[in-house]
Amino acid sequence: MMGGGEPPPTAAAAGGPLLLGIEALTKVYPGGQRALDGVSLTVERAEVIAVVGSSGAGKSTLIRCINRLVEPTSGHVRLGGLDLVGLKRRELRAARRRIGMIFQEFNLVERLTVMENVLSGRLGFVGFLAALARRFPPQDVSGAFALLDRVGLAGFENGRADALSGGQRQRVGIARALMQDPDLLLVDEPTASLDPKTARQIMRLIRSLALERRRPALINIHDVALAQAFADRVVGLKAGRVAFDGPPQALTPEVLTEIYGVEDWSQTIRRADDDGESTQ
Amino acid sequence: MNAGTYPTAWRPPAFFGSRTRQRIALFCGAAYVVWSLTDLNIDVNRMLAGFPRALNMLARMIPPDFGRWALLLDGMMESLQMALAATLAGALLAVPLGLAAARNLAPMPVYAVARGFIVLGRTLHEVIIAIFCVKLFGFGPVAGLITLGFASAVFLGKMLAEDIENVRLGPVEAIRATGAGFGQMVTYSIVPQVLARTVGVLIYRLDANVRHSTVIGIVGAGGIGQTLSASFSRYDYDFSAAILLSIIALVALGEGFSDWVRRKLR
Amino acid sequence: MSEASVAKRYPEVWRRRSPQETALGWLWTAAIALAAAWSVSALDIEWAFFADAHVQALDLVQRMWPPRWSYLPTIVRPMIETIHIATLGTAIAVVLSVPLAFLSARNTTANGLTWAIGRALLVASRSVNTVIWGLVFVAIFGPGPVAGIAAVAARSVGFLAKLMAEAIEEAERGQIEAVQATGASTAQVYLVAVLPQVMPVLIGTTIYRWDINVRESSVLGFVGAGGIGLYLYASINQFAWQQVLVVLAAILVVVLLSEALSAYVRARIT
Repeated sequence: MMGGGEPPPTAAAAGGPLLLGIEALTKVYPGGQRALDGVSLTVERAEVIAVVGSSGAGKSTLIRCINRLVEPTSGHVRLGGLDLVGLKRRELRAARRRIGMIFQEFNLVERLTVMENVLSGRLGFVGFLAALARRFPPQDVSGAFALLDRVGLAGFENGRADALSGGQRQRVGIARALMQDPDLLLVDEPTASLDPKTARQIMRLIRSLALERRRPALINIHDVALAQAFADRVVGLKAGRVAFDGPPQALTPEVLTEIYGVEDWSQTIRRADDDGESTQ
Repeated sequence: MNAGTYPTAWRPPAFFGSRTRQRIALFCGAAYVVWSLTDLNIDVNRMLAGFPRALNMLARMIPPDFGRWALLLDGMMESLQMALAATLAGALLAVPLGLAAARNLAPMPVYAVARGFIVLGRTLHEVIIAIFCVKLFGFGPVAGLITLGFASAVFLGKMLAEDIENVRLGPVEAIRATGAGFGQMVTYSIVPQVLARTVGVLIYRLDANVRHSTVIGIVGAGGIGQTLSASFSRYDYDFSAAILLSIIALVALGEGFSDWVRRKLR
Repeated sequence: MSEASVAKRYPEVWRRRSPQETALGWLWTAAIALAAAWSVSALDIEWAFFADAHVQALDLVQRMWPPRWSYLPTIVRPMIETIHIATLGTAIAVVLSVPLAFLSARNTTANGLTWAIGRALLVASRSVNTVIWGLVFVAIFGPGPVAGIAAVAARSVGFLAKLMAEAIEEAERGQIEAVQATGASTAQVYLVAVLPQVMPVLIGTTIYRWDINVRESSVLGFVGAGGIGLYLYASINQFAWQQVLVVLAAILVVVLLSEALSAYVRARIT
């Protein structure tokens, strides 16, 4: 898929029993705020997992503790048998290469071209000078072109990232994450900065890419309807703890009240059932 | 996905439009460096000889000699006094200059003369002005005071003129409509609009004058620069080091004070 | 009493400031006046000099006129040298300022010690005037343009690095985080995520500093650091006032042109 060299066999490719194992993950911020309080989660197959919960429930902290953009206070994060917590800088860098991340605000380097942003997914694999001269191996370049084509941005490679629309930027962000050929995709509120139609397109794209590459994707999302429509499994966080873990069909009004508090949920759940382009 | 159908090489778009233009720009840059270096007749041997000399000089600078602190303090005080007096003198002169150089207040001939004066004054370096002042007023801090006062008046006048040009015209018209005279119009509609910013600029200029006061002594216009220049010509490097450190401290303090006041004003 | 409640009385005196504010205002005025008086009296001003200053000035102007234009060809080369000093000095400063900026920005420096070192270098570079740096480098490299280039570079490094460090501190966190998440090394993160964000600031301030440096270079010759200043100084010392006027005119034209060029280029790129 990346042209020449086949990626080394990973737990996912080998169909190993444990892809991602989170054990008793806890994060206490310097101010004393307990964002994560003993979260445990096991991912054993390539599925799309939606993490739902109100703002401040710890969704973003959970995702950032996995690739240690936020340093967890205690607990373990195992990726294909390797505990990421306690890795030294070099090892952490190598581990981060295996984890692709997609952001709410896209976080593209605005002043660089689309192609440079996509290729930055390979930075962990090339040296400083190659990055300086923008010289990436041929299979990386063709892989980047292929990905741009796949996300629907063929021909945009020379445009600057800040010239794109929100949906296009998120597609570049997806391409950058997949450029890493990751074992795991972390997705942080991918649709919060997008209009409803684009949001569904982006969710569909992320889901189909994760499934066709047989990689699990952990998606933070506050929109319950989108979570139900596109996830195989839903994890509900409340005050830093796992309050629900099950199939989307099991998200009853009682469960949602447990996660979010009292509200009339009938509208939300009904809307989730019809998955079409013309939702809005 | 078949890798064969996608290109395997990509270069970022050129900074100067096309790749040819980028090459030309690079070539011009390289050609300029070669030309300027040959034009300057740089003696590489003498330059290389400079590095051991620099080490030697550094060795003689350490430790800095603060023994002649009385001389040092005299020079620093003189610099500070020049800066303070020049800022105040400059501020007084800047008011008429700023009014005259504001396009929306002054009649065209007055405006042209005032603007021309500002451009001339800003273009010539303080040290050049200082050397003329030394010729006219003799060696010493008076020449420095006049130099800095002149430079401050020009700078403050320019800033004031720009602020006046940017005032909102509504209040000016309103005050004019009450039948107020020119002076009343200025005090009631223009002064309130430009005062805060002008005070900020004034504080900034005081800080700038402290910096400049350390250098005009090089041509004999008083202050610590004169002491520094003398110490260098006597190869008195440990004293030079003490002076340089004092200048750095004074300027850093001045900048800190200026930043602090301007933050308070906002 | 009943009368007072019927015809409501309004105060006939209104003051914009309270008495305390007025007092404070006078206090400030007094302090400034005192500072002025102290600084002027301490300067030992010989007022006699002022008495005939205007006569002397007029005399000087008369001696300058007419300008000796035949001197112009002699100063073309030193004028070009002045521009070279400014340009090469600025170029060296740009190269040195990038690492210094990363060292002195809080979010990219390695630790407290490296930050303090970076800040100290910034302050030292910025506090010493170009001409004083010229004095130092003439002592090292001997008289000539090399000392001038070094002086311009030494003063400009701090100027450029300070503004760039501020831009680095304001760089968007998210873009940096995203590149970190790909497993890029710290150096790569700075190169790919930070540098593009601060590039406009670097380019803008470099061009701005260049035109300041042209002006600064015009006086470096006073301390022997090359350029037109040497010719101005020599002409003044020989009382060749008609030459002085030609040199002044030349400096004026070159400085104004470089200022205009700098403003034009900065307007084009932003």
